[in-house]
Amino acid sequence: MNYKELVANRVAKEFKDGDLVNLGIGLPTMVADFVSDDIEVIFHSENGFVGLGGAPEEGQEDKDLVNAGSMPATILEGGMFFDSAMSFSIIRGGHLDATVLGALQVDEKGNLANWKIPGKLVPGMGGAMDLVGGAKQVIVAMMHTAKGNHKIMKECTLPLTGAGKVDKIITEMGVLEVTDKGLLLTEYNPEFTIDQIQEATEATLIVSDNLIKMV
Amino acid sequence: MKKKIALNEAIAKIEDGMTLMIGGFLGCGTPEAMIDALVESGKKDLTIICNDTSFVDRGIGKLIVSQQVKKVMTSHIGTNKETGRQMNEGLMEVDLVPQGTLAEQVRAGGAGLGGVLTPIGIGTPVEEGKTIIELNGEKFILAEGLKADVALIFGSIVDEKGNVYYNKTTRNFNPLMATAAEVVICEAEKIVKTGEIDPHQVMTPGIFVNYVVEGVN
Repeated sequence: MNYKELVANRVAKEFKDGDLVNLGIGLPTMVADFVSDDIEVIFHSENGFVGLGGAPEEGQEDKDLVNAGSMPATILEGGMFFDSAMSFSIIRGGHLDATVLGALQVDEKGNLANWKIPGKLVPGMGGAMDLVGGAKQVIVAMMHTAKGNHKIMKECTLPLTGAGKVDKIITEMGVLEVTDKGLLLTEYNPEFTIDQIQEATEATLIVSDNLIKMV
Repeated sequence: MKKKIALNEAIAKIEDGMTLMIGGFLGCGTPEAMIDALVESGKKDLTIICNDTSFVDRGIGKLIVSQQVKKVMTSHIGTNKETGRQMNEGLMEVDLVPQGTLAEQVRAGGAGLGGVLTPIGIGTPVEEGKTIIELNGEKFILAEGLKADVALIFGSIVDEKGNVYYNKTTRNFNPLMATAAEVVICEAEKIVKTGEIDPHQVMTPGIFVNYVVEGVN
């Protein structure tokens, strides 16, 4: 398993039978491939349906059926389509059990920044602010650093997507829970020492008394 | 009342400087033929309310490339580099709104509501310049209802009375926008005789749709 697969595999263990989940673009999308066959997890696609399945086979693409990244998609039995107001009622109204997103930065207070680098990149927030603000559990899934630069900060310096909304950060180095006292390292990848994980993190980590290996 | 009109008659309803709502999500469920005709018409200084600015060669993106847009109110511009360029060079104003808030603003406009209160964006740059209302100890942003002069929507199957059925993920913002504009023009992938759509299957009541245009495949 490469690092991204390792993260996706660990995120998938967060879900329980019957959960309704929205996965962001990129690494978070990979999570769907690692959900245990023992449970049913239902995926929500913010462009307007529940029951998102895998990509269609070549030649089976339907121009009217795409995911939120405009890629050809499929819908599973029991799924249903709706308009954008309904889609975001599901998200904002507390009907979504979890959302998994990437981050440019995330900090020890659970703040998340992933929609704008002033003067450089302004893609817009799309549905990310609603997802972060509305989902019952917000999981950030990403690589721990970006080209050696910290992404897990004491305080985000980039414009926020959501303030104090992140519950958990899962990276190739470990699992961090956002608590009132700061970031609690609950699981770690034994490929790395605790010192290495701390060095790769700008915020000061609290190491759990019950620290376990993530793999 | 006869609602079916020709493409050029539809575009003639649009004037320079108007505010348009245009349906679609990254080009899926977007009235492509009307957009092409609008590009050809050269109508300018338009304000567009839409989910995203699509791609340079698809849907709403083409209107941005042809520089007919003065202002766009949208949730995502990342797939169309021309939107970012025009914004950075001051050629076009871009108002970025969280997607769910935008959907509710359109819905509110069409439902006769002054606006909605949403917690989304509190503590982020989105709250800047907005009216914040505190209710039962929680902060909300007042998101005003939106209306447009003309809504251009897309329907998969549309009957002669303007009743619309949307196939799969083409629905997105289309039914919301159908309620929120002075004039609503629906581009139909397929036009059928009145009565051919089961009343249970109607997703946008024809009472909202003023004109129907046949799409070009």
